[in-house]
Amino acid sequence: MENSSSTTPASFDQLNRDWYIDKAVQILVFIGGISAIVFIVGIFVFISKEGFGFLFGEFNFREFFFSPNWRPTSESKETFGILALIAGTASVTGLAMLIAIPFSLGTAIFIAEFSSGKTREVLKVTVELLAAIPSVVWGFIGLAIMNPIIIQTFNVPVGLNVLNAGVILGLMAAPIMTSIAEDALKAVPDRYREAAEAMGATRWQVIYKVVLPAAKNGLLGAVLLGVGRGFGETMAVLMATGHSINIPTSVFDSVRALTATIAAELGETAAGSPHYQALFTIGIFLFIVTFIINLIADLVVRGVRKG
Amino acid sequence: MFESTELNRRNETRQKLFRIGLGTMTGILILPVVLIMSTLIYKGAPVISFEFLFTGPTKGMTAGGIFPALLGTILLVVVALLASVPLGIAAAIYLSEYASDNWFTRAINLAIINLAGVPSIVHALFGVGAFVIFFKFGTSILAASLTLAIMTLPVVIVATRESLQAVPMAFREACWNMGATRWQTIRRVVLPNAVTGILTGVILEVSRTSGETAPIMFTGAAFFLPLLPQGVLDQTMALSLHLFVVSTQVPNMPEQLPFGVALVLISMVLLMNSLSIALRMYLRGKKKW
Amino acid sequence: MVKLSVSDLQIRYGGATALEGVSFDIQEHEIFGIIGPANAGKTSFLKAVNRMDMFDPDMRVDGKIVFNDVDVSKIRNVYGLRRRIGVVFPLPVGLPLSIYDNVALSPRLNGQKKKAELDIIVERCLTRAALWDEVKDRLDSLGSLLSGGQQQRLTIARALSQDPELLMLDEFSIAVDPVTTMRIEDVLKELRKEVTIILVTNLVQQARRLADRTAFFLEGQCVEVGMTEDLFTGEVKDQRTRDYVEGRFG
Repeated sequence: MENSSSTTPASFDQLNRDWYIDKAVQILVFIGGISAIVFIVGIFVFISKEGFGFLFGEFNFREFFFSPNWRPTSESKETFGILALIAGTASVTGLAMLIAIPFSLGTAIFIAEFSSGKTREVLKVTVELLAAIPSVVWGFIGLAIMNPIIIQTFNVPVGLNVLNAGVILGLMAAPIMTSIAEDALKAVPDRYREAAEAMGATRWQVIYKVVLPAAKNGLLGAVLLGVGRGFGETMAVLMATGHSINIPTSVFDSVRALTATIAAELGETAAGSPHYQALFTIGIFLFIVTFIINLIADLVVRGVRKG
Repeated sequence: MFESTELNRRNETRQKLFRIGLGTMTGILILPVVLIMSTLIYKGAPVISFEFLFTGPTKGMTAGGIFPALLGTILLVVVALLASVPLGIAAAIYLSEYASDNWFTRAINLAIINLAGVPSIVHALFGVGAFVIFFKFGTSILAASLTLAIMTLPVVIVATRESLQAVPMAFREACWNMGATRWQTIRRVVLPNAVTGILTGVILEVSRTSGETAPIMFTGAAFFLPLLPQGVLDQTMALSLHLFVVSTQVPNMPEQLPFGVALVLISMVLLMNSLSIALRMYLRGKKKW
Repeated sequence: MVKLSVSDLQIRYGGATALEGVSFDIQEHEIFGIIGPANAGKTSFLKAVNRMDMFDPDMRVDGKIVFNDVDVSKIRNVYGLRRRIGVVFPLPVGLPLSIYDNVALSPRLNGQKKKAELDIIVERCLTRAALWDEVKDRLDSLGSLLSGGQQQRLTIARALSQDPELLMLDEFSIAVDPVTTMRIEDVLKELRKEVTIILVTNLVQQARRLADRTAFFLEGQCVEVGMTEDLFTGEVKDQRTRDYVEGRFG
């Protein structure tokens, strides 16, 4: 303090080392922040770059989306129709959601509204651990455990089918949907519940009439993210669907999914061939659809926060 | 008076039923997984031995151990972390400490959500197009790890951002008041109080990265290699892909062996997740303000 | 010598004006009091001097604040400015560092690494803030877990550790008991030999005890500035000042 008044008046406005370090860090973390955008654009650019040859060559919109014939290596005439693959993905995802939506919402309500203390902690941790099981392990479970069970129970020749993959995918998606849904329920302020209870409503009336409507958007977001998960899942559906091209008429039909087709065939194609490029075109399609699903989910969930 | 108690009783019964119904649903969701895990352990545990973990596969992979795959997974995870942890922490610092609430920040958040939501096979296609072909890394540990790094980047970003934002604003303002630069404030007060939270995120990323299969299939992981990788431009085996290979691609596979591989993989993943959860609980129990 | 010169200062948050038409000079080694009821714009004034408006996108500062002959709005290295100005805001903040590190933080930011030097600064500042005796045996416990009153004094110690040229205190005694308040007031009287002090207070008697000159802020305006004794002996230009000082409102 002794020499404080002897400093020259403006000396503190020197741009010193601390100032330059601060600026440098600001630029560095900005690069980190922008990297997410760079990567997502990069993904689109690079898969488009590999797929463009097909998109502007053999690609025929009608054949691609409306032909059930995926014969990329046919000797006589190659056809690139993904209708059956879409049907495969849709049937498996649909069944998975049929299972996962009620169970994950039910579980989320049970955890958020009916359990407390230790029980709640244990359930939440369990759900979190379930969500961590890798998809290749789920695929293996479909293959090695579900398959024989389905063959025995339903007396069918093949247990790798829509049912198997649907159940596996349902079990995979449910934990994630549960934890997002539980977050949405927890985000409903307690005063809503208290106000309703003060008016004499029972617990389930409170949930049904107050909590669920208030958490509606968050729950919808959870469902959408679950759909996105199911749609994009690769290894589990590759291993559990039976991987045969089919427009399914029953849950015991084997099918093939969009994602699984890429995973199974990319290794066997020559880079730059129409088949290779067609697989990348499927990738573009997957990217766009999941992007839209995620965008809608984000908008829906954000709507909650604003309201 | 009588009527109202009657009504109460009916409501109470209904509530009890409701509660039991939901509890049953929770049970139905968890029970099969418990059964499945028990089966994995029951069938897989006898396979696991010191030999199994520390020797390579023999006889066309129908016998022997998983050492090259285990080592490969560790290599892939380490290289992926080297890329994604610094980048993810930087991104989280930007979002938590610098970004204001505008369209640009929303665009970054949307990109993060999509990085996490794009199917893993699309990440694989990107890895092939970008790292294998365009940057000429070939199918290599480097290409596979970078693909994994980008795919799991959101895990680090989200966990780090959350733990940074858990540090109250008043601490930052107090530091700024004293003439600390933004970076000095972050380094001396914000980061030290967020480090455990960041660590939980990194462990979660290890778990995610080690379980992924599709992104590495065409970018750097091989079905079988007779030799261990010598550098990051070599291919490697990986535990997740090994499970896929031994359970679908190899004829005359003894029934037990894939269960052993699955058990090792899932133990690794769940161990990491448990560690992360334990760390989070320890953190919650420790009050610092 | 004029330490801080304010002319035609206006502070707005969004559309609302928090303070306007403020002009005065503060001399070096002066204790300058600012009194006035809540929402008079006192805290906004301190934030503007310290350039904390940088972190509040809603806050807009017009007019001129000159510190050490430099217009603060034109400063590029605001950190350098803030290091010379110590501020204590009414809400105490003990940083989640050890008590020792709380006080040693500012010297360390300035590049002081020697343990012996830091020890001296820590003890001196904690003593001046009337906290040393209570915490000298547990300097390594967390500053953020101290009681409210102790955190307030820790905040004062931290401001002193900056070795500031200008010390701004905003209702520092709000969480501190009267005896401790008196001890800190004595320290402030000592400090004026070295430091210029702006004392914002809601206790008019505190301004009377300490301040050489006092400004009266009311509803976003500086009603008047005068010698403290004049304000308290009725030598005022504005009736409202007399009413406030005599406790008729506020």
